[in-house]
Amino acid sequence: MERLKEKAYELRRDIIEEIYHSKAGHVGGDLSVIDILTVLYYQVMNINPENIKDENRDRFLLSKGHCVDALYMVLGDKGFFDKQEAIDTFCAFGSPYIGHPNTDVPGIEINSGSLGHGLSLGVGMALAAKMDEKTYRTYVVLGDGEMAEGSNYEAMMSAAHYKLDNLCATIDLNGLQISGPTKDVMCTSDLGAKFRAFGWNVIDVEDGNDCVELLSAYKQAALVKGQPTAVIAHTVKGKGVSFMENQKGWHHGVLKEEQYQMAMKELKEVLQ
Amino acid sequence: MSHITNRQAICDTLMEAANHDRSIVVTCSDSRGSASLAPFAQAYPEQFIELGIAEQNLVSVSAGLASCGKKVFAASPASFLSTRSYEQVKVDVAYSGTNVTLIGISGGISYGALGMTHHSLQDIAAMACLPDMRVYLPSDRFQTACLIQELLKDEKPAYVRVSRSVTEDVYGEAMDFTLNRAGVLAEGKDAVIITCGELVPYGVKAQKELKKQGYEVGLLDMYCLKPIDEDAVRQAARQADVVITVEEHSLFGGLGSMVAQIVAADSQTKVINIALPDGHLISGNNHEIFHHYGLDDEGMVAAIKKARSEG
Ligand SMILES: Cc1ncc(C[n+]2csc(CCOP(=O)(O)OP(=O)(O)O)c2C)c(N)n1
Repeated sequence: MERLKEKAYELRRDIIEEIYHSKAGHVGGDLSVIDILTVLYYQVMNINPENIKDENRDRFLLSKGHCVDALYMVLGDKGFFDKQEAIDTFCAFGSPYIGHPNTDVPGIEINSGSLGHGLSLGVGMALAAKMDEKTYRTYVVLGDGEMAEGSNYEAMMSAAHYKLDNLCATIDLNGLQISGPTKDVMCTSDLGAKFRAFGWNVIDVEDGNDCVELLSAYKQAALVKGQPTAVIAHTVKGKGVSFMENQKGWHHGVLKEEQYQMAMKELKEVLQ
Repeated sequence: MSHITNRQAICDTLMEAANHDRSIVVTCSDSRGSASLAPFAQAYPEQFIELGIAEQNLVSVSAGLASCGKKVFAASPASFLSTRSYEQVKVDVAYSGTNVTLIGISGGISYGALGMTHHSLQDIAAMACLPDMRVYLPSDRFQTACLIQELLKDEKPAYVRVSRSVTEDVYGEAMDFTLNRAGVLAEGKDAVIITCGELVPYGVKAQKELKKQGYEVGLLDMYCLKPIDEDAVRQAARQADVVITVEEHSLFGGLGSMVAQIVAADSQTKVINIALPDGHLISGNNHEIFHHYGLDDEGMVAAIKKARSEG
């Protein structure tokens, strides 16, 4: 099994550990976005604990900030902090590892958690790079439910207007939000068509949980000139744990002991 | 202890009213579950509008509906409703005087460990300073139901904040409720606690504990922040040696500021404000956070004893 996929499944086990232990978090969205995070952090972006203050580090923004549980596991695994400590204290009294990204945690660029801010922040970071002739790229990850926020469309407009080819948005298109299927709650599709209409380059990733497909999309995106790129990643919410897949109840579900055992077992089997 | 949250009391009250009033409309922003309004959406699909994760649109659409004769209840987390949609609230609800009741769910630090994005510790101040906007933080399920029944009778804007968790019962089925009149839960000469929302049960506990220790302490449930019950504040402050306000809100512009303003113009009584401090709060659940910052019964008891000993 290829190395990236293996990493993504190891991280899935860490996420289940963290969610089970804390009885908090957003497991469904964590499992849908973890492959995107894995590819970005282990292959695409130049972000590591050593260059955390380097002006030329790539910038990463988790606009769907409720899935910080997954991001903590990636950052912990990369050595930004002690991953076990994050598992043990996630959302606990006095812990810095709260339920949304915050800059008290090493590796987090900026606070988030209120949906519909990340893309505009990303436009600002990408504009700053252009102003200062820096080579870093800015990556923003959003949810498809989140795309109902009107601010995203203001951000899309400004990104294309300023030809921000150093900006890459990824939509974790898992088709679900809290109240149910996004198409029933508030239909945000066709997102590819919407980004194109706003002047973006769009790359569709048919299996957004496939690290190989994702990696090739990000490589392509980096070559595009004069336009920002949107990677539309068709993912599965709860991916990797059969009883969670495509179930709206697992948006922020908490695992019982036997569910925890079952999930860990399934994920281990993929790794063997 | 009751298992009925205030949000559920809102849903129950609205469902009963919607049965004979087809002009009632509930609007949500992917928030029907967190607002406990899913049963309403299920029972009255023609009177329910889902707007998705778009709080600004939620508020303006609600105002548009109201301008065409609907009685709209817009429910979304208090944090987003009171900040993300603030201009929509100011212009389309308050300024235009539309019949929209904004239901701020999971208010204050209900979402303790989710961080500042999800806290609403500015909503009393923000909403109260909008002309013609009324502001309510009911304490228990009985008061919440009475409040919603009253608000259904008029056509003016209001903001109602409720918490996520169950609030212990303060009142009973046959409670005495007058809109915009504070609940006088106890009278006392040594001190008076003025509080609101889910902190009221802590106030009840503190009052009882202090009584045991020999203090006569008054307790006001100031669920009506605007229009605030000025007479009740003045009367309590004239009777007591010290006024302690306790609120799940920033120290600036909330219950404490309002009470201090009224008392300062009327008597010499000292006013002490207990609220959440400026800056990033410690993470934890609501009980842990209340305790940490002295907003629970223990904090209230300690504050009153300290004030008494300092004279
Ligand atoms: C402005 C704002 N409104 C509402 C919320 C509450 N909220 C958190 S997650 C979520 C659903 C997100 O759905 P989606 O973007 O599809 O994410 P995913 O399914 O990947 O978890 C909502 C409504 C929020 N965090 N911010």
